[in-house]
Amino acid sequence: MLQTLINAWGSLPELVRDIVWILIITVIIIISVALLTLWERKVIGWMQLRRGPNRVRIFGLLPGVGQPFADVFKLLMKEVIIPAKSNKVLFHLAPMITLIPAFAAWAVMPLSPDLVLSKADAGLLYVLSLTSMGVYGVIIAGWASNSKYAFLGAMRSAAQMVAYEIAMGFALVGVLMATGSMNLGKIVDSQAGGIGAWNWFWLFPLFAVYFISGVAETNRAPFDVAEGESEIVAGFHVEYSGIAFALFFLAEYANMILISALAAVFFLGGWQGPFQGYPGLGDTFLGAPSFGWLLLKVFCLIFLFLWFRATFPRYRYDQIMRLGWKALIPVTLVWIALEMVMASYHVGPWGRPWYH
Amino acid sequence: MLVQTLFFIFSTILVLAAVAVITARNPVYSALALVMCFVTSAAIWLLIEAEFLAVVLVLVYVGAVMVLFLFVVMMLDINLAELRQGFTRFAWLGWITALAVIVEIAGVIWARGGMGIDVARGAVPHPADYSNTLELGRILYTQYAYPLELAAMLLLVAIVAAITLTMRHRPGLKKQDVDAQVAVKSADRLRIVKMEAEKRP
Repeated sequence: MLQTLINAWGSLPELVRDIVWILIITVIIIISVALLTLWERKVIGWMQLRRGPNRVRIFGLLPGVGQPFADVFKLLMKEVIIPAKSNKVLFHLAPMITLIPAFAAWAVMPLSPDLVLSKADAGLLYVLSLTSMGVYGVIIAGWASNSKYAFLGAMRSAAQMVAYEIAMGFALVGVLMATGSMNLGKIVDSQAGGIGAWNWFWLFPLFAVYFISGVAETNRAPFDVAEGESEIVAGFHVEYSGIAFALFFLAEYANMILISALAAVFFLGGWQGPFQGYPGLGDTFLGAPSFGWLLLKVFCLIFLFLWFRATFPRYRYDQIMRLGWKALIPVTLVWIALEMVMASYHVGPWGRPWYH
Repeated sequence: MLVQTLFFIFSTILVLAAVAVITARNPVYSALALVMCFVTSAAIWLLIEAEFLAVVLVLVYVGAVMVLFLFVVMMLDINLAELRQGFTRFAWLGWITALAVIVEIAGVIWARGGMGIDVARGAVPHPADYSNTLELGRILYTQYAYPLELAAMLLLVAIVAAITLTMRHRPGLKKQDVDAQVAVKSADRLRIVKMEAEKRP
């Protein structure tokens, strides 16, 4: 039975199989986003000595797990209020523009040793350009709403995005130098050999810069001045209600998962096992590369996002700009220069056979 | 065949978006149409297998330059009626520029045809493991290393010039000194006063 299914799958044309995989990945991301909103509220609740959502159950089991689904149904039922003097077309377009890059970037993500939708050679650049396009939804939403708060949020977001994109790009230049490829699959391949061979050790400052810029690019706390509940109400999506608001939320959480997955691929070896090549452990499943390792790494990185939100107060706008331009970018520049020295003396990843 | 169909679809969108850039009444629409132009030209570059250029076009122009453009256009409160008054006065200049560009493009195509290069032919397909980025990097950093360095220096000079031109120290400008803000202690701001308890009269 199983064999016939596998044979039938193999006989399908490649286009059909790709489309099925795209659908599977999209649905999994959407469900993960739903569960992530619950997990966030739970974690922040525990950190603040509360219980978090614990009322809505699924089939009378698992208190709280039904909460995100109940939220989605509530938002679907609600009216999408369109401000009278807003720009109608752009107002409707903005949530979709935010959402598309968050999903499209998964096309080049190496999910497991054999599963990747596109082995694009310029995958790293593709991902970088897509994450930078997410800001259009925010800007357009802020402008089309025809509201002062929304507009202020959009302007802040635009400036912040341009500043942190540069730091992010420089951090990825460092990854490029250490792995010698822009293909995400090859970047993971080059980090084979256990936890010490992953990029995080030799590129630790770049890892930190990349993740901090990632938090800033997703407009998450402590860099969420684009929303800034305490000063500009809810920033760019103050005029949005119902499912249009939910789409912004979906995009924000999908971007969180994406940035975590990218950080795992670039710096934590993607689907590589941490004990690979270690005597004893390396022969068991602990050393084998698998999708589970990527999942575990993404889970840990996402926890950092939630931890930041529960811990840090919001940055002031000028402090965000200062951090981006005067702290993160110089750090990446210095480390890239150091990498040149390391490369010429064949230290760390530059001592591997493929480099010569 | 598929590539050709896609090319015509993308170029139609590109031309329409380019027309929209100059005809849109709202400057924000113009800027968004320009974004559309960049994205579709990136798609056309992908069709001729120039993937590095295509992605970098999106990354630099759509991701950074146009965001700043939109930022400025949205901030400006432009009076459109006033702006359109002198519009037709300079139409002749626009026509001359357009004509010059058309003549240049036609000249290039004609010269190429004269030298025996078939301009109608598509790009030469490369094997699957061919890396566009690698080849470009190899040429830029070996054969054209000095021109590249010169261009980089030119950009650096331009950056320094732009900053020195715009950074004016106006009198009465209030600035935040973050170091002083961080270094501040509670004793600098708060004074605890000891005083006798008030007595009821």
